[in-house]
Amino acid sequence: MKFAVIVFPGSNCDIDCYKAVEDTIGQKVDYVWHTATDLSDYDCILVPGGFSYGDYLRCGAIARFAPVMNEVRKAADAGKYVLGICNGFQILTEAGLLPGALLRNNGMKFRCHATELEVVSNNTAFTNQYALGESINIPIAHGEGNYYCDDATLAELKANNQIVFRYAAGANPNGSVEDIAGVSNKQGNVVGMMPHPERAVDQLLGSEDGKRMFTSILNAWREQHGAAINS
Amino acid sequence: MAQQLTAKEPTPEQIADQQIYKQMGVTDNEYELICGFLGRQPNYTEIGVFSVMWSEHCSYKNSKNVLRRFPTSGPKVLMGPGEGAGIVDIGDNQAVVFKIESHNHPSAIEPYQGAATGVGGIIRDIFSMGARPVALLNSLRFGRLQNERVRYLFEHVVSGIAGYGNCIGIPTVAGEVMFDESYEGNPLVNAMCVGLIDHDKIQRGVAKGVGNPVFYVGPATGRDGIHGATFASEELTEESEAKRPAVQVGDPFMEKLVMEACLELIDTGIVLGIQDMGAAGLTCSSAEMASKAGNGLELYLDEVPQREEGMTPYEMMLSESQERMLFVVEPKDEAQAREIFERWGIICAKVGKVTDDGRLRLFHQGEQVADMPVTALVDECPVYDKPSKEPAYYGENAKIDTAAYPEVKDLTGALKQVLASPTVASKEWVYNQYDYMVRTSTAVQPGSDAAVVTIHGTRKALAMTTDCNGRYVYLDPEVGGRIAVAEAARNIVCSGAEPLAITDNLNFGNPEKPEVFWQIEKSVDGMAEACRELDTPVIGGNVSLYNENAKGAIYPTPVVGMVGLVHDVDHITTQSFKSEGDRIILVGNTKAELGGSELQYVVHGVTEGRPPTLDLAGEKKLLDAVLGAIQKGYVASAHDLSEGGLAAALAESAISGKLGAQVNVQSDLRPDIALFSESQSRILLTAKPEQAETLNKWLAEQGVVSAEIGIVKGTELNIQVNGQPAVQAPVEQLEKVWKDAIPCLMN
Repeated sequence: MKFAVIVFPGSNCDIDCYKAVEDTIGQKVDYVWHTATDLSDYDCILVPGGFSYGDYLRCGAIARFAPVMNEVRKAADAGKYVLGICNGFQILTEAGLLPGALLRNNGMKFRCHATELEVVSNNTAFTNQYALGESINIPIAHGEGNYYCDDATLAELKANNQIVFRYAAGANPNGSVEDIAGVSNKQGNVVGMMPHPERAVDQLLGSEDGKRMFTSILNAWREQHGAAINS
Repeated sequence: MAQQLTAKEPTPEQIADQQIYKQMGVTDNEYELICGFLGRQPNYTEIGVFSVMWSEHCSYKNSKNVLRRFPTSGPKVLMGPGEGAGIVDIGDNQAVVFKIESHNHPSAIEPYQGAATGVGGIIRDIFSMGARPVALLNSLRFGRLQNERVRYLFEHVVSGIAGYGNCIGIPTVAGEVMFDESYEGNPLVNAMCVGLIDHDKIQRGVAKGVGNPVFYVGPATGRDGIHGATFASEELTEESEAKRPAVQVGDPFMEKLVMEACLELIDTGIVLGIQDMGAAGLTCSSAEMASKAGNGLELYLDEVPQREEGMTPYEMMLSESQERMLFVVEPKDEAQAREIFERWGIICAKVGKVTDDGRLRLFHQGEQVADMPVTALVDECPVYDKPSKEPAYYGENAKIDTAAYPEVKDLTGALKQVLASPTVASKEWVYNQYDYMVRTSTAVQPGSDAAVVTIHGTRKALAMTTDCNGRYVYLDPEVGGRIAVAEAARNIVCSGAEPLAITDNLNFGNPEKPEVFWQIEKSVDGMAEACRELDTPVIGGNVSLYNENAKGAIYPTPVVGMVGLVHDVDHITTQSFKSEGDRIILVGNTKAELGGSELQYVVHGVTEGRPPTLDLAGEKKLLDAVLGAIQKGYVASAHDLSEGGLAAALAESAISGKLGAQVNVQSDLRPDIALFSESQSRILLTAKPEQAETLNKWLAEQGVVSAEIGIVKGTELNIQVNGQPAVQAPVEQLEKVWKDAIPCLMN
């Protein structure tokens, strides 16, 4: 399996994502520049956190126009796995690959700390190694992570089981609608989340609950791959 | 054209006759010296260049002779003071690079940008050495939070630090914040950066090789920050607000790109010399690079990227626009260098050439507009030995007996008061605004004695801390200076690391006041002595003088930034109580020492007397014994005793471990003194019950005093003195008091 970590000017969690793939599942991983025009080599695309283009405008509003985003869209359409973390989530919503938007935290301040999440859907390529309703510890670090969508979208998210993670009851750090911390697209192959699973892959650094996101992806790919071979 | 732009500038004669140099901080005598070096009167550009190079900020003219007292070398020191940052060997061909720097004056006027650009500047110092920045720290001082202006400064300084560090993606892992009236109107904002480097990648800021091209990279030069270095070298007054244009504006996104591009450039091995444009911008970087190589430099100012039209040579040379670097390569490597910056979308302009005549020559619009000897700019600034005088308060304080204060009977109440004091209270409100986890190496997060950052691919880690108690230094600068170094070392040891070296940020008042100069001298003496005894040389630092407000000088605050090496991640230790049943051991002697203590400040409402004493030989013995115990695996938790003494330390370990304790302290002292004295060289340890005896035996063998004072237990902090109840409170309640203090004051 081969991973791409997209590097926009101002990405700063690219190295962490790269290391997490290497350390947790030992799969091939490349940094791919924002100007790239071909992602056909990759099975999973990670859109990392950071401050793409400085995020001086609305977060992700410029990054969505980067040449590589056409390729990310193609990959998503082709059913490949796409995971946007933090700024990556913001970029995927700006690009229309995920529903909703990320507003400024309701406390108006950047917040960085461990958070408790509830796994709301384990029926995705990114969460199949978690138990449904499991409580996991994954940190956040963002100023604009307040997930918002209108009522119709929210109803649709629920109907299609697209809510992947919620902040634990009473621990919503940013004002997100219904404590939403991560969502998927309708097909389930694109996920975006504000918390950073790549920061939770080593007990020495506080938590390894994020590891299983990576093993989930590998697991899903192997199943798909195996199925393709068998058919 | 050149005449048009500069037509409004004063002529050399006008500068002399109207003493215009004085507005730039140049004295009559210095002006005469400059005329001597030039063999004529300086023009406007030249006097501007001299004035910033000869400012305290760039020349250290008032502090140089004192700074010579610091030990700056050692077997592990690869680079001492003089370059962008000092470097210490950590084995395996790796080294740690670190430095601290102040941005006090800009932050007093424009807190967000002042603090942000302080962070940006110190990061450039680190990557200009070729190092990858891995962590940021800070040391902040403000007045009392009851004051609205102080709250504004605090809020925006923290935002500024967060805004810059978070965006560039370097974790802010540790720091300290203290509050005292003394800093009202003149906050202290010191930022420290730590980087990692392989020995063969170490860079220097030298303009090597006559004829080689000099390149400018980074954003275009604007009119911001002109005379920032001079502004930093004078007292803040009511007119200071008018100097807001001297404060620069930061762009962390730009610096991220410049940093990545520069590190890539350095990786190619083609760089001969590289330096950041910090204080005094193009002037200081070009002059220093030429000076260090013993060469000269020509700059073609028309080639300097400019943000605004019609900039004069004076403005370009003195601008402190941020995120700019200067480097030298051989002509054959020019294309390779340009390609890197092009890919990162960064301007890279050839703006000069290395010459052999030892002069800094500036050309603009076809004319030579300045011609100055490099050595005069860099090395010939007069060095002053200021008069020094013991202040009256020092003698008066000798008469004060802090042990004779009326006894505090409600010790639970006193503990709550101390925990609620913003200086002691939880700084979560601050560090939750910092991304302290990016780069996924932060093993010990903010809030413990020192932060610990792992080194990927090794078993090693770096511990780091900033420390200084300005009250102690005020009451006795020599002892306070010693304590600042010793406490930093204690924090490093408590986290399981061997102290390596320090960087210092000497924040003082106006050195022209003999009493202030006395504080500088004495505290440097104390720090130097501690550095020698504890084997932690000074590898670089910064001096910030003229920190005054309407009420006088700030408390002398020589901040120590220390880095230590954790030899194996298994040694990493934190302050929190770990398990029920663990034995609590107090290492070190408690004496009746309330001078400068937090109890004295919050309960008795004064800062007076003598600060705690410090015996450096004893401290060294303690540090070695505790580090040995940690490395041998005898220790479950370790916490340095500092502000608030034993009572606060017990509460902090209980709160962070979410566990209570049953403690009985045997003491000849009055209970309030026994619990709140801030005697130095004390550490609170816990050990698993089966290891307590081994630990006690080890400590005794090392010749260190220790006493088992209690057991980790339950959910309540229960402290007795000689069997008599003293403090009793649920840990949850103490936690609430400690955590809510700052948010309550800020909302």
